[in-house]
Amino acid sequence: MTMELDKADETGTAVARTPPKRKLNKEWATAFGFIALAVALLVLAPAVLSDFRLSLLGRFVCYAIVAVGIGLAWGRGGMLTLGQGVFFGLGAYAMAMHLKLADAGADGVPDFMKLYGSGQVPGWWEPFRSPVFTVIAIVAVPALVAFGLGAAVFRRRVRGAYFAILSQALAAAFAILLIGQQASIGGTNGLNGFRSFFGFNLYDPVNKRMLFYIAASVLLVMVLVVWQLYRSRYGELLVAVRDQEERVRFLGYDPANVKIVAYVVAAAMAGIAGALFVPIVGIISPASVGVVPSIAFLIGVAIGGRSTLFGPVVGAIAVAWAQTSLSEAFPSFWTYFQGAMFVLVVAFLPKGFASVGAFRKRKEAKA
Amino acid sequence: MNGDYLELTDVGVSFDGFVAVDGVSMTVLQGDLRFLIGPNGAGKTTLVDAITGLVPATGSATFGATELLGKKVHKIARLGIGRTFQTASVFEELSVLQNLDIAAGAGRGPLTMLRRRTSVPEEVEQVLEVIGLEDLRDRQAGVLAHGQKQWLEIGMLIVQNARVLLLDEPVAGMSAHEREETGLLLRRIGAERTVVVVEHDMDFMRSFATSVTVLHAGKVLSEGTVAQVQADPRVQEVYLGRAAEGVA
Repeated sequence: MTMELDKADETGTAVARTPPKRKLNKEWATAFGFIALAVALLVLAPAVLSDFRLSLLGRFVCYAIVAVGIGLAWGRGGMLTLGQGVFFGLGAYAMAMHLKLADAGADGVPDFMKLYGSGQVPGWWEPFRSPVFTVIAIVAVPALVAFGLGAAVFRRRVRGAYFAILSQALAAAFAILLIGQQASIGGTNGLNGFRSFFGFNLYDPVNKRMLFYIAASVLLVMVLVVWQLYRSRYGELLVAVRDQEERVRFLGYDPANVKIVAYVVAAAMAGIAGALFVPIVGIISPASVGVVPSIAFLIGVAIGGRSTLFGPVVGAIAVAWAQTSLSEAFPSFWTYFQGAMFVLVVAFLPKGFASVGAFRKRKEAKA
Repeated sequence: MNGDYLELTDVGVSFDGFVAVDGVSMTVLQGDLRFLIGPNGAGKTTLVDAITGLVPATGSATFGATELLGKKVHKIARLGIGRTFQTASVFEELSVLQNLDIAAGAGRGPLTMLRRRTSVPEEVEQVLEVIGLEDLRDRQAGVLAHGQKQWLEIGMLIVQNARVLLLDEPVAGMSAHEREETGLLLRRIGAERTVVVVEHDMDFMRSFATSVTVLHAGKVLSEGTVAQVQADPRVQEVYLGRAAEGVA
């Protein structure tokens, strides 16, 4: 007994002495990781990839932006958000509406409305003629929806699987709602055929490359935002809420508020990602915002490592990349690969590939 | 400061017709180390749940001049009522320091929250010393020994600025040495606070209680000093009766 106590004291002081150094190392490692990511995206990828591949990567970068938000809400906040497609879609449709209106010219009517609708622009479309309004809406609409939803759900202490099912049902309902609106937002076809982006011709390869740089820069900024959140006192509190929500309540905090902040930030990120997705891919339709894409967002995060800073980014890009190359090589087999990968990670690396390093470190520490 | 005491008047809690707490009235003064004892199912923990807002209750519970019943859990906590749970519930993935920092920060504004913790708040530094975890400050709370976790929880109550400490079986599962340490810790911090300890451990109670309330079937059976309560024939009957019948 005393021996054990002594040992505990010994390691205790050892641990107490090392942290400042270890913390510093960790900061440097993160900074290094960030620089590596920035170089890979902004220097390496444009240098080695063809325009077609770079545009594909741009799409994956959009998924990665959603993933960063999911990492915050799910990895750190414990909210299994199975419905990020909703926020992605809100941002995407806001952008798509603006692009359609801009293509139609001042007081013009988007082409599909002439085909399916009354040939009149609905009143609620009008504000999206303004670029400023559109940019604000891309962030504000998903954020406000998430705030309203979060306030209603988290205050009633809905969590765990119930929250996951609720958010997924929302994604399903959202897609169905969009499909039903053929005349005003294109129904199943969605919105497509954009010719310009804030005055820049979208058929010009230079502008397409520029879009990639914009998306990559936004991703890097989002990583920085989340990094600051993780390092802040709020980040510590969020982990506390994830692990012991009731205990936090007895310390005088309202855990609902803590969760709402993370949920709103994640939703805003998904909205921004959706808005960037539209000019890069050239189409947004209900198929990109429903249940299936919402789950696909999550898989990359789970595989990469949901509670780490870079895990969701790398996971989202890697899974999307694997999907593209594997379905090119073995058409129609992708879903099996995806399923198998997901099962393997959940079974052997429940914290994602990012935990491989941590696992090795633990082993070394034991030895 | 001197006017702050915990006063319960006719507190009642019932679940679907089952009366768990039945008209409990008691007053706990500052500096008192009150033990709440009684057989299983006597309503001890339920009473603590009622005071902290976890279960709805009738009657009145005031601290200072403020009514506690009917308020939300986090609002009651902010009024200076702190509690621990039977199973130590610390934030296992966070360090000792982070645990205490969170406990100290319920009043922080959004800007402070979004910044990093650059220094250790003074009250956290003091408490680390009081609970004897100075050298383990950067240790993950999840790997602490059982006793250390309980001390960390008590430390969290102190930095939370709790004026009333409601401790639910703080020494359960502790070694004799740890019990002794815990008792001394409670004495140290109890002088300026109001402390209520729910406990099964009679030896621990005898060593550290300044006053005792015995609950039985949701009612106050007896109240007084340890000697008075032990001499009370009704208390003897409840405990001896149970012993004679086995599990009643």
